[in-house]
Amino acid sequence: MSVGLEHYLGLSAVLFGIGLWIALAKRNAIIILMGIELMLSSVNLMLLAFSRYIRSETPIAGHIFVIFILTVAAAEASVALALAVSVYRTRGTVDIDQIDLLKS
Amino acid sequence: MSDAGVAIGFWGLGALAVGAALGILVTQNLLHAVLLLILSFIAIAGLFLTLTADFVAVAQVLIYAGAVGVLVLFTVMLTPSSARVNADTVFFGPGFIIGGLIAAGMAVVAFKTPWSIADRGGFTTTVGLIGDALTNRWALPFELASILLIAAMVGAIVLVRSAAPVDNLEADQPVADIPFDQTGEADGRALATAAPRGGEGH
Repeated sequence: MSVGLEHYLGLSAVLFGIGLWIALAKRNAIIILMGIELMLSSVNLMLLAFSRYIRSETPIAGHIFVIFILTVAAAEASVALALAVSVYRTRGTVDIDQIDLLKS
Repeated sequence: MSDAGVAIGFWGLGALAVGAALGILVTQNLLHAVLLLILSFIAIAGLFLTLTADFVAVAQVLIYAGAVGVLVLFTVMLTPSSARVNADTVFFGPGFIIGGLIAAGMAVVAFKTPWSIADRGGFTTTVGLIGDALTNRWALPFELASILLIAAMVGAIVLVRSAAPVDNLEADQPVADIPFDQTGEADGRALATAAPRGGEGH
């Protein structure tokens, strides 16, 4: 059974759904960030599958997109984790149920 | 790579990536969750290799599995007294429904759409093509990415920097500030008040 574009897109969709599930279901802010990273990675897989299979004049463009997503994801992860450490220093927790300063 | 090799790699690595990602939801230990995330990233890098994307696969291992994984691991270590247990919110059930619906919708679209498949096969090499594209057509975004990276680096350093002790550079500050600083030292508010002023001093 040969593997085609549809299989990669389906796997990417499953990984995206799991990443979204993690981001919604978990209470720790760090785990939520991990879910977001997983979603970004699944999008990378989708872009590379398109780059490999779809007819195009510049098929390498998908790789360029992935490289920029990697760059932005690394920057986002560093700033977000720094924010988590900063919140932990002032509040003593990274539990999103207890970070509710704006609520009351 | 032969078709059979690609099929074996796809199903094996796909099962590994999905299983490790589901393990993040199941495990009760935060450190195990981070290690499972790194395993999932490495499996996804293997999937990139089956798509003949060699450079991006190596970048995925270096940046995601290496740098981001270690960064997350350090953050887990730096927040010790927060819950080590990997607790769920009330959105565990709804999250499954929402995520499942989005995944099912995307999968249906992927299998129903008549894609215009090219018959050129995989890339034989990508590094030269990527280098050429980044220095010609996408040269401006490439340069902008460096600005983004340095802004993120400076931002992360400023955010996690602890309140610096009052040094000689700030000796010309009004004396009235000093007792306020010392009383504020006990609670966490000292960080919030001292950090911006330290930034101005340098």
